[in-house]
Amino acid sequence: MNDQAVVAPTGVVTADGLRVAALAPVFLAAFLGAFLVWGVGFAQNDRLHNAAHDTRHSNGFPCH
Amino acid sequence: MALFRRLLFAALCAGLLSGAVATLAHQFGTVPVILAAEGHEPTPAVGHEGHGHAAWEPAAGLERIFFTALADGLTGIGFALLLVSAYALRGGAMSPRRGLIWGAAGFVVFTLAPSLGLPFRLPGAAESPVFDRQVWWLATAVLTASGLALIAFRRRLPWIALAVMLIALPHVVGAPQPVAPGGTVPDDLTRRFVLIATATSLLFWLSLGATTGLFYRRIVQRA
Repeated sequence: MNDQAVVAPTGVVTADGLRVAALAPVFLAAFLGAFLVWGVGFAQNDRLHNAAHDTRHSNGFPCH
Repeated sequence: MALFRRLLFAALCAGLLSGAVATLAHQFGTVPVILAAEGHEPTPAVGHEGHGHAAWEPAAGLERIFFTALADGLTGIGFALLLVSAYALRGGAMSPRRGLIWGAAGFVVFTLAPSLGLPFRLPGAAESPVFDRQVWWLATAVLTASGLALIAFRRRLPWIALAVMLIALPHVVGAPQPVAPGGTVPDDLTRRFVLIATATSLLFWLSLGATTGLFYRRIVQRA
């Protein structure tokens, strides 16, 4: 990983186009985030639902 | 994977801090209203909403507060990961102030737009099938995020016209509505819940925006 890509003011998207090598960790982070939100807010498992119940209602995630 | 570790660490710091803010706001704001609504249900607490069989659920009191705090923390980390990924894709220097703008956008995408069609609901309210609502909720969030991105990053009339259409589309189609009206929740309790939940959500998103901006700058952009 080239840290220049991270520090550069234009970030990982440079004038040369997308730095494909830098995109993998970014998409991995986004996927992990989406997975966490899905687990807390959307998974239709009774135990997960009951554990996260008040959070789901408070955040307006569709519940029940 | 140096970049992934930095993104993850920044998201952990911001998500846990904002999750703690959300936990406080929920325990003092929304949870008392949820508990009051459950008091109006025919079979309070155990196996409510007619799941038919009683699955495990946290015991009232500390255990329930603990799991709500845990869920709030994981929600914070999850949304923080989405935000820092967006910062990395977008590029450019971040700061808490810039993060606030992203946080406000997060509030519009994940709270305001979905709640226009699917308002905050309390336990015991009349509802349409949960899967239909989840599909509409997710589609609305994705379309609203795409529309806002076009407006913020393209700034040309044809793109803005497309953005308006994307943002309006789920509301033109319409959210799934309850099959039968009614439910056991008094109207004034629902109104109070909508107000408090919207306010706590705004607080959470502004906190998440500012903290992700701060930790992204300190952890990801630090040379």
